[in-house]
Amino acid sequence: MRPMHWAVIAALASAVWASFAYLSLDLGHLLTTEAQALMWNYVVSFFPPDLSGEYLVQIGQGTLETIAISAVGTALAAVFGMLLALPASGRYGTVARAVARLVLNFLRSIPELVWAALMVIAAGLGPFAGTLALAWHTTGVIGRLFAETLENAPAEPVQALQLSGCRPSLAFLYGTMPNVLPQFVAYSLYRWEINIRMAAILGVVGAGGLGQMLYFSLSLFHQQQAMTVILAMLVLVVLVDTASAWLRRAMTGG
Amino acid sequence: MSAAAAVWGPRDPSALPRAALTVLIIALLWPGFRLAEFDLAVLFDPRNRDTVGKFIGTFFPLATSADFLQLLLKSTLETLAIATAGMVIAMLVGCPLALVVTRSLSISRIGPGRGYILGRVLRLPARFALMLFRSIPEIVWALLFVRAVGLGPAAGLLAIGVAYGGMLGKVYSEILESGDVRPTTALLETGSGRFVAFFYGMWPAALPELVSYTVYRWECAVRASVIMGFVGAGGLGQQMELSMRMLNGGEVSTILLIFLLLVVLADTLSALLRKLTA
Repeated sequence: MRPMHWAVIAALASAVWASFAYLSLDLGHLLTTEAQALMWNYVVSFFPPDLSGEYLVQIGQGTLETIAISAVGTALAAVFGMLLALPASGRYGTVARAVARLVLNFLRSIPELVWAALMVIAAGLGPFAGTLALAWHTTGVIGRLFAETLENAPAEPVQALQLSGCRPSLAFLYGTMPNVLPQFVAYSLYRWEINIRMAAILGVVGAGGLGQMLYFSLSLFHQQQAMTVILAMLVLVVLVDTASAWLRRAMTGG
Repeated sequence: MSAAAAVWGPRDPSALPRAALTVLIIALLWPGFRLAEFDLAVLFDPRNRDTVGKFIGTFFPLATSADFLQLLLKSTLETLAIATAGMVIAMLVGCPLALVVTRSLSISRIGPGRGYILGRVLRLPARFALMLFRSIPEIVWALLFVRAVGLGPAAGLLAIGVAYGGMLGKVYSEILESGDVRPTTALLETGSGRFVAFFYGMWPAALPELVSYTVYRWECAVRASVIMGFVGAGGLGQQMELSMRMLNGGEVSTILLIFLLLVVLADTLSALLRKLTA
């Protein structure tokens, strides 16, 4: 142990102590028998989950809505990301590059949930707000990835086409695109996978999908229905994980 | 060469499949647009546009009254405190579970002995608990805890503790498994206990990686604790939710700016910590 390590440990310990002191929580009161009985009652009220046919149909609709939000949001983001990636890769000069990068950074650094809360104000409660929120944030992420792919694409095919008299737009479509398209598709699918998970929870601020059902059922003290929604989220996440792992293996041929 | 080819140039041989693929994707996405209630007209509805226009119009200038800034300082510190204290609880949850589920620390694996049944009985629920803790998103945990312990930082703290406890437990055990397990095996086979084997066989080699992952998670916890505020779990997010509800654009943009600064700060601090402890 160097003295530096001791200094870091001391700093961390005091940060932890300061945090607990600042929050001045009464965690001890959570351990009293009364609080524990209340907590236990709360936990028990979630069981058994509401598995009536009627509610399962609603859950099915919520799940479809969640998938739709993520798919449309990601598709829009792929289109916008592509449009912003062109200037961001330096195709139209340094100024355009800096501006496009600034826009992408801005879109990306605001989390999905904050976008969702803003979009609920702009577009009202419901899945449309969630779709727009995912589209904005994902545009920032995907645009940057696309721009980097474009910058790293080999220049020779484009040069060959242009030297033989091809228009720049056609040279881009036939010289660059075939090289970068597989990467674009891979990035978009990867973000879709993340966005399905995100779309499931965006609803807690009113942006549609399973999250909104969870929020409603918890607000109405229908814990058993809330449990069903949580189970549906878990199933969705597991299915997406399995499907993507399977697809990855199938596509890489491993 | 025909006249058409002279005008259009040689035909693209893969134009048709490409067009077909595009049509197929649009056809598949179409029901999605319907389900997502995609309707751009909503955005340009005059009444709606008026509200939003006013809201966005108030984004500048930033809200800089002394009272509000003091409030923000308080909630920023609260956010940092939730993340830090939450990580401590997450470690309290994650470390024991990681030690239980790490297979290379299992004594019963060497051969049948006293702890064989106990080990089997304990490991399965520990795995299940880890899976459950981390598969439910932290914001759902926050939502549940807000209803259990009331609005405020306690809910955020517990949500981070549980959700991140699950993640830390899983990743800790993966880190321990992926290192060189021969020292541990040697210690266990010569009769030392689990804790001794862990502290002398695994700890020295795995420590930098464990620390660096924990610091990285702290950085995520800062972001998460802001977001969890939206469902009432205290900190900067709760403040942002209030300002949004009151359509006070100046406050929202100030909070967003502080949030971005906070993320950059957490980023820098975590990079520094990782360099110091590497």
